[in-house]
Amino acid sequence: MEILNTIFSEATNKALVNVVYILASVLFIFGLKMLGSPETARKGNLVSAMGMLIAVVVTLLDQSIIDYKWIFVGLVLGSLVGVIAAMKVKMTAMPEMVAIFNGFGGIASLLVGSSEYLLSAQHNTGILVPIFLTVVIGGLTFTGSLIAYGKLSGTITGNPVIYKGQQWINGILMVALLFLGIEMIALQGLLITMDWQILVAAVALSFLLGVLIVIPIGGADMPVVIALLNSYSGLAACAAGFVILNNVLIVAGALVGASGLILTNIMCKAMNRSLANVLFSGFGSVISVGGSSTEQQGEVRPINVADAYLILEAASSVVIVPGYGMAVAQAQHSVRELGELLEENGSEVQYAIHPVAGRMPGHMNVLLAEANVSYDQLIEPDDINPTIETTDVCIVIGANDVVNPAAREDPQSPIYGMPIINVDKAKTTFVLKRSMAPGFAGIENPLFFKTNTRMLFGDAKDSITSLVSEFKT
Amino acid sequence: MDAVLILLLFVLVLSIFLGVELISKVPSILHTPLMSGANAISGITIVGAILTSRAENIESELSFALGMVAVFFATVNVVGGYLVTNRMLGMFKKK
Repeated sequence: MEILNTIFSEATNKALVNVVYILASVLFIFGLKMLGSPETARKGNLVSAMGMLIAVVVTLLDQSIIDYKWIFVGLVLGSLVGVIAAMKVKMTAMPEMVAIFNGFGGIASLLVGSSEYLLSAQHNTGILVPIFLTVVIGGLTFTGSLIAYGKLSGTITGNPVIYKGQQWINGILMVALLFLGIEMIALQGLLITMDWQILVAAVALSFLLGVLIVIPIGGADMPVVIALLNSYSGLAACAAGFVILNNVLIVAGALVGASGLILTNIMCKAMNRSLANVLFSGFGSVISVGGSSTEQQGEVRPINVADAYLILEAASSVVIVPGYGMAVAQAQHSVRELGELLEENGSEVQYAIHPVAGRMPGHMNVLLAEANVSYDQLIEPDDINPTIETTDVCIVIGANDVVNPAAREDPQSPIYGMPIINVDKAKTTFVLKRSMAPGFAGIENPLFFKTNTRMLFGDAKDSITSLVSEFKT
Repeated sequence: MDAVLILLLFVLVLSIFLGVELISKVPSILHTPLMSGANAISGITIVGAILTSRAENIESELSFALGMVAVFFATVNVVGGYLVTNRMLGMFKKK
């Protein structure tokens, strides 16, 4: 920029920009650190946003930029869309929101990589490798996120899409991408003469790959997919950093990449499955019947609201276990109201939240926080299980697989070994459910037939609201 | 490989380790805001997008246009990501 140039020499200017980038990186690191505790999290997010702001401002001051008009058009339009989306989105729709934002990050990195590729006159390996990676990772993040968005919002089927030879097709696609990579980086247009042809082919193949790797994954496995796509969007930014040799992109991208990978790992552990199993098994596509489930099936004991009320009224400890069904029924506010009434009645109320409940990591916590539940009442399975035997009543709201005792007892069950919330060990357990249909993973749940289980059939929100009105009369 | 590249790889490796250390300590109740907050950070690619409009790039109209579309998408990612995270975190209260 003219003004800066008159004050500083160009070299000083470059150094200044880089110092600000270091500062931005430090702010990102502090921001993420502060996100580690509910007391400081909000401030942490602001610190991180501040880092982003100074990075953007100092970049705009770069003297080599000569056309600002279109940059501002992009910034203004982007901000407008971002603000509207962030303000309007419902908390229950947060998973698809995060998915689509991931996708936007991915496509932005792809575009940056493409722009640099078309521009760079001398193609050396040092720049071609990261360009290729940026395009491929950015591309598959984009379409993968769009598919995840479609599945989460119900635009396309949430069931796994499985077809014959799926692994083969994905394999062939990856080999094709690899060859294209070699053509772009090592052969540099020996087979395909035009740069743009190579680029278009790489974009097309990575778009296709993104679609194909997400469609076979079922709705219940979405927390893993979103975490993984989150990681990819960071890695794409990181690769873009190597294209333009910019340290702040590399640091920020790597932080996000690492964060997504850790979340992916936590989600997989919480389901006792490997990442490969989540990605390739098409889990939940077949209604699998556990080996001994037919024998375990016994009598189902329904209960009505009036009887449930009598038991709850006498309970001194209540644990509420929410699942995706609570989000679908939008029941979080009624649940909080019930929780408060139970507390007024002298019960100790806690919410047991499984890491993979819902459609993204931490989904249930956000919904309950939205409904004004104090966050110190939101408890992880490891902290609730040791005392669950002394709990008077567990209320399971729209959760299924995360409370399925088959995970503990039935080695034939597909979810055997998955850590669960042991609601079957509580004195009484209410299961709020529409019908006896199995959960999203399609697995029979012996919990429904236990002698201490009572089934409260109907829409979760209606049932909770009825319980609330029983307490009020 | 030149010295700059080595240095950047060094930065990359250290950042990954740092990221792992930072995120491992986040409790599961904050996983959603962590994810959307991290997602906003991945919008840092906006810096790369802005830099595509530097002098030598204006020559190539296609290259420039791609960069400006990138500015748009990255801005949505950044602005939307930080705002929605802020909105979520504002709901986490202790009574």
